[in-house]
Amino acid sequence: MSAKIPKPTALAKPVQLPERIANVEQVRSVRTPISLNYDFIPGQAAQAYLTAFGEKRILGQRSPVDGAVFVPPRGVDPRFGVATTEYVELPDKGHIGSFCVTQVPIPGRDDLELPYISAWIFLDGADIGFIGLVGECDTADCRIGMRVEAVWKDDDQIAQTAENIKWWRPTGEPDVAFDQAGGRGFAARQAARADGTGHASQPNSANPASQ
Amino acid sequence: MRDIAIVATSMVQTLAMDTDTEVEFMVPVISDVKRQVSMEAQDFGFICSGSSDFLAGQAFSFVHTLDAVGAVPPISESHVEMDGAWALYEAWVKLQLGEVDTALIYSYGKTSPGSLRDVLATQLDPYYVTPLWPDAHSLAALAARIGLESGQFTATDMAAVAARSLRNATDNPLAVRSAKTHPNLTTAENILAEAEVVPPLRELDCAIDVDGGVAVVIAAEDEARRLCDRPVWIRGIDHRIDAQNIGARDLTRSESAAKAAAQAGMANGCFNGEKLDFIEFYAPYSYQELILLSELGLIDELGLSADGSGGANGDDFINPSGGVLAGHTMMGSGLMRLAEASQRISQGKGDRALAHATSGPLLQQNLICVLEGE
Repeated sequence: MSAKIPKPTALAKPVQLPERIANVEQVRSVRTPISLNYDFIPGQAAQAYLTAFGEKRILGQRSPVDGAVFVPPRGVDPRFGVATTEYVELPDKGHIGSFCVTQVPIPGRDDLELPYISAWIFLDGADIGFIGLVGECDTADCRIGMRVEAVWKDDDQIAQTAENIKWWRPTGEPDVAFDQAGGRGFAARQAARADGTGHASQPNSANPASQ
Repeated sequence: MRDIAIVATSMVQTLAMDTDTEVEFMVPVISDVKRQVSMEAQDFGFICSGSSDFLAGQAFSFVHTLDAVGAVPPISESHVEMDGAWALYEAWVKLQLGEVDTALIYSYGKTSPGSLRDVLATQLDPYYVTPLWPDAHSLAALAARIGLESGQFTATDMAAVAARSLRNATDNPLAVRSAKTHPNLTTAENILAEAEVVPPLRELDCAIDVDGGVAVVIAAEDEARRLCDRPVWIRGIDHRIDAQNIGARDLTRSESAAKAAAQAGMANGCFNGEKLDFIEFYAPYSYQELILLSELGLIDELGLSADGSGGANGDDFINPSGGVLAGHTMMGSGLMRLAEASQRISQGKGDRALAHATSGPLLQQNLICVLEGE
């Protein structure tokens, strides 16, 4: 036989209010909204990136250590804690490093037709991915290494915002080899650099044009 | 106990970092200390940082700033949502445990994107106090009023602290406010003629909020001697905390500061019976410096005079850098006090110093560190 758990004594009897507030509606919850305003500063690298992006150009930065190219640029090579100052203009073409097909809606994004594909796009000449949607492509056809190009918004809608590119669509060019695609390609290039078979200032060789 | 010393320091501070992110302005600071000790991120036994998401207005903002360290291959790393002085304390404990021999500590704050006095309301009791949004200046004014009306200190004493800060900050390249920016306000008399902005506080009674960052390297024993010519030894360090409920404390006192000082080896204004050469206080309001001097048993000894001089010890005894009234980097100013004291000792401008850091509202939490040159 299980022991009966007694109710807390505070709940055992009704709250007795003083006479003068007996008829006041009881407070059951209080909302205390918090709001603080900030003037966000993108920083030097992000500002340069956004300015160029507002002109349909994509800027990255080159690491002074081994020539790796980061996009979007953040002013630093995070692997070494070293400032990056050299800008590199990148094409709006690349390949899919990895991707995800989403079957469930995101609150607030009714504009996304299900299912949709989000992907890490590795621009030609860049060593890290650049996130974006993949469009004009059946989900069954999407694959690692598939070549894509940017579909920009109409010129009158272009601004200094990450929303300038609507999606990335397949170009129909031959795929980048699986072991050269995305992060695998970066690892392969790093190994080549370490072996001395690659050149430190030579960016990404995943671009089929250079293969 | 192992002997642990500060072996490298670097700081940056300016009114507003108009173009740089935290990452961008911390890269040179962290690179500077790494260069001073000829070490890469992976060479440090431990890395600890202090910052606040409420300043950045962004969740997990400290993760971005790790980009300035260089975390590949992986490093042993921790973060405190506190002033960097507490990050140093965590690292000091790690070194005391004997797990590691070196640590890199950094902290930073960018107050310019928001309104610090309002942001600080979020550190108060979330149920009863924060919803009232008492801003930091108003709370300080309340405490200063209690001190004035109880006769613990006078408006002239407060103005004298502010005037001395301006004079001492004159040669400090990191100072944003000094006799250079306020040439006509270097005496208590002139400051008293200024208007009260949040009565009874005048503008110069309140620290000027700025953007900045600091990095420090600590090392144990022989490693400290190998890494620099004159290690600055941490002879005593302790931190204590008072009740969060500001209504539950005597706001004219800081018992936690007194306890931390006693635990760090201070008694009657001296360290183990030896006189200090100077003190760096983190007191963002002028009256708080008077409370700290009182808690450390220094008021009587100094014979503070109305002109704000450090009594028999001269102006340079208290906050030779000008202290945080000359420039307040939220989350950085505590570690900066340790760095300022360390730099001064390594330059031979003193052998023994007390550095203080505070956190929380109205001197709620206090850290005391006594530093000595070899």
